[in-house]
Amino acid sequence: MTTPERYEVVIGLEVHAQLRTKSKMFCGCTTTFGAPPNSQTCPVCQGMPGVLPVVNRRAVEFGIRTALAFSCRVNPACRFARKHYYYPDMPKNYQISQYEEPLAEDGFLEIEVDGGARTIGIQRLHLEEDVGKLLHEGTLETAQASLVDFNRSGVALMETVSRPELRSPEEAAAYLRAFRAVLIFLEVCDGNMEEGSLRCDANISLRPRGQTELGTKVEIKNLNSFRNVQRALEFEARRQAQALDAGERIVQETRLWEADRGYTRSMRSKEFAHDYRYFPEPDLVPLRLDRAWVDEIRAALPELPRARRQRFVTQYGVPAYDAEVLTQSRALADYYEASVQAWGSSPGNRGDRPKTVSNWIMSELLAALPGDDELAIQRSPITPARLAGLLRLIEDGTISGKIAKDVFQKMLASGDDAAAIVGREGLTQVADEAALSQIIVSVMAANPKAIDDFKRGKKAAKGALVGQVMKATGGKANPALVNRLLEDKLSKT
Amino acid sequence: MIDRKDVEHVARLTRLALTEAELERMREQLNSILAHLDTLRLVDTTGVEPTSHAVDVVNVMREDEVEPCFPQDAMLGNAPDRSGEFFRVPRIIEE
Amino acid sequence: MHRPIHELTDAYRRGDLTPTAVAESYLARIAALDERVGAYLTVVREHALAAAQESERRWRAGAPLGPLDGAPLALKDVLCTRGVRTTCGSKMLEAFVPPYDATVVERLRAAGAVVLGKTNLDEFAMGSSTEHSAFHPTRNPWDLSRVPGGSSGGSAAAVAGGLAAGAFGSDTGGSIRQPAAFCGVVGMKPTYGRVSRYGLVALASSLDQIGPFAQDVEDTALLLGAIAGHDRRDSTSIAAPVPDYMAELPRGVDGLTLGLPDEYFIDGMDPEVERAVREAIDVLRGLGARIERVSLPTTRHSLAAYYIILPAEASSNLARYDGVKYGLRVPGRDLVEMESRTRAAGFGAEVRRRIMLGTYALSAGYYDAYYGKAQSVRTLVRREFGAAFARVDLIVAPTTPNVAFKHGEKEDPLSMYLNDVFTIPGNLSGIPGVSVPCGFSGAGLPIGLQILGRPLDEARVLRAAYAYEKATPWRARRPELV
Repeated sequence: MTTPERYEVVIGLEVHAQLRTKSKMFCGCTTTFGAPPNSQTCPVCQGMPGVLPVVNRRAVEFGIRTALAFSCRVNPACRFARKHYYYPDMPKNYQISQYEEPLAEDGFLEIEVDGGARTIGIQRLHLEEDVGKLLHEGTLETAQASLVDFNRSGVALMETVSRPELRSPEEAAAYLRAFRAVLIFLEVCDGNMEEGSLRCDANISLRPRGQTELGTKVEIKNLNSFRNVQRALEFEARRQAQALDAGERIVQETRLWEADRGYTRSMRSKEFAHDYRYFPEPDLVPLRLDRAWVDEIRAALPELPRARRQRFVTQYGVPAYDAEVLTQSRALADYYEASVQAWGSSPGNRGDRPKTVSNWIMSELLAALPGDDELAIQRSPITPARLAGLLRLIEDGTISGKIAKDVFQKMLASGDDAAAIVGREGLTQVADEAALSQIIVSVMAANPKAIDDFKRGKKAAKGALVGQVMKATGGKANPALVNRLLEDKLSKT
Repeated sequence: MIDRKDVEHVARLTRLALTEAELERMREQLNSILAHLDTLRLVDTTGVEPTSHAVDVVNVMREDEVEPCFPQDAMLGNAPDRSGEFFRVPRIIEE
Repeated sequence: MHRPIHELTDAYRRGDLTPTAVAESYLARIAALDERVGAYLTVVREHALAAAQESERRWRAGAPLGPLDGAPLALKDVLCTRGVRTTCGSKMLEAFVPPYDATVVERLRAAGAVVLGKTNLDEFAMGSSTEHSAFHPTRNPWDLSRVPGGSSGGSAAAVAGGLAAGAFGSDTGGSIRQPAAFCGVVGMKPTYGRVSRYGLVALASSLDQIGPFAQDVEDTALLLGAIAGHDRRDSTSIAAPVPDYMAELPRGVDGLTLGLPDEYFIDGMDPEVERAVREAIDVLRGLGARIERVSLPTTRHSLAAYYIILPAEASSNLARYDGVKYGLRVPGRDLVEMESRTRAAGFGAEVRRRIMLGTYALSAGYYDAYYGKAQSVRTLVRREFGAAFARVDLIVAPTTPNVAFKHGEKEDPLSMYLNDVFTIPGNLSGIPGVSVPCGFSGAGLPIGLQILGRPLDEARVLRAAYAYEKATPWRARRPELV
């Protein structure tokens, strides 16, 4: 059920991304996932008395890189600020974040919905520290106690706030998808929503169509997948529409999305809003970002997913679907282009090489790689050059496509290149007309019934003969050639 | 000036459980102090930037290098309520 | 045995004294006398003797670590010491044992110093009399019915009473200089950022500095030299090289211009203090300094600015004490109740008051009027010092408006705050300052002369203090602490 046309939906997304720095935002503790509780901490990230933070340069670099990719203005100076509230996962009971002078502002992200493109504004991007993890002995409501693990406390976090320009739950999901793809491409975040490296909160309000004033906004938390973002916002839009229809006032509050039950429920009233008591962090000095550094980062920006996808279509002539698959990670896209380049441009009118490479990657190579490791392709024994080598052997008829698939698996297992394997195992396609003719003759002699069947109109009998020839050659006969020679001989009998 | 509601609100913000008598006393003392601090209003600070650091230092950053973490026991050693490898806290009621 | 450190190390070198004997002697004195003075919260007898023995080995081998090797020192209990409880004078941290050393402590250990123990302070360094410790008050060795000043009263009393050869404290609004003046010892606050704050339990992050208490200026130079310098763990620490303070000491005041600020001689200040300070200035003039008047008009607003900035930053720094990770916990039915009860029970009245004031000043709607305004006034104070230092090399003034008062005399918080009226501006501007003894009141209570300098000009401040000290007899007088 869609939101009644009389209401316009206004959505803004706040995304928190854990940055892929080796150490935390303000101390040297490691950021690796999955260690025993409270074993990856130090006095700084545990907020002990007397400790002081020191800014991680790479986190700032990642922030700048992301800001530039979203065409934000990187502020010449920025500061950190303390944001105060009480919660046991936050050791100092304030979070070091940024407030009045964030790292960057005023950017945008282009998204594709319903075949059209929309530009969604990004209001600000800033850096802050992550909080620890809470485990409840039971559920949050029933637990008599909770347990705190500070391993995650202090990990570098980048917060981006979009302008409230998303007009539907679909757009919100599309924004998040596109956003995540950029972050992965930039190699600043691994985008793992299940593990919490990428988290999303949404703000949604409704207003009667035509009204310029925004309605009361509700914050929705606990959105840990694209699907949940969309479902939660669809539910909430419906809920608010129903309330407004009934003449009720929307309460400004925070609601939690209960994925299992399919509804949002009130968490706490934002009318008793947090008073964060922001003030500039006195333990950290301002950052005056050197223009040369920013320019250096800009120059090193990789081509972004959307642009790369479009270029694959125009430059290589592959369909949009292929382009989408091939650009899902920078490593994969690089691999594709390297393979195409290694093979060389198609001679004459054979403009099909890039498509062939694409087919092989999509159907054979991706199946052989672990799904969650975007860099695994860099470790594959089938390098771009080797893939090109294999495809060359098919193109010039040395081996058939079918044999090539076996060779591919052998390349994976042995680490050898295609030519070596073909040579060693004698897989070279038999394309010697004389030799094949002899084999065809003997097969025909041994299968008179099949020849009879064929003459009486059973086309399938020819297939059986082809099969016999293939068997006799250990699968190495060039199928097209076999077909032609057999046709020829059959027509003469 | 601060009224009773303000004092209660501030005490809640900063997690201080004060008795009725303490709240009243606090209100009086804070008002007395604030009356003196109000003299700052008389100072002309038009166009004067606030100081947030007494040093003219900028751009202090560290390289992204991992340093050894502290052992679990060292970090949990002062815990008022330790539960195995965790800090334990009483139940959290969302306001 | 109660000699300045530089004399002790001379004796170690000659073999006349050993670090162990000296440490034993101090420990015995502490055992005999500290019950009356209350300078210490924790004495680390075994650690001290072990360190003294190590030091002795080095001296015997002719390979001392430096001029502090074997020096028996006390540390204000706001400096984190690994494995030794660090209470900040508060029930909140009564049993807290840090797993790490403050940078300053690391440097002192590396210099071979012998730490005797942790000294008493006003709780969380909030106070000017060391009456607000949660454990016991400290008494002034010159008159046990009087306060030693605060908040570093324990360290000042330890040095004055011969219970440590030197000590360290922290100064946020005068907490080293004022007790130094009340106790007749030398106390110095370095330029903000000159000494690392890593491991100093924070009070007001933009004002705090660690500094030495010593029996004379030469020791002060030694102690400062051992701890000063950049620390990569403190982002506000200054990278400029540390000069050889000792080498600069004998240069005297000939040719220096000293500024006398109009606003530091106020109605209501003790006339004996005023007289002693003016006489000190005459001495300096006699030693070759030129004296000029300077005006620092925003001085009269410094107290108000400070008493907004400090509580605001302190309320933030103290937010972490909640019974979750360390320190006191008072049980509660739920988290909020536990935290609220813990904080109410763990913090004394003065701390609670400042936390409330600070939280209020930062809260929505009040930020600009209070914290924002105070920080702008602070800029004016800095500018005025900057303008003055364009004309003079140093500023001389009283350290305090009065001498040590009696215990319980200043119950009203506001009257207590007035103690710091001459020291606060130095913290607001971040400039270095020393208090050096310049006389006694009729009742035999010490009076301090304050010398303030340009940022990072500790060498010049110390050399003026040295010249004054050498030309006067105050050094020789000691309290009759039996």
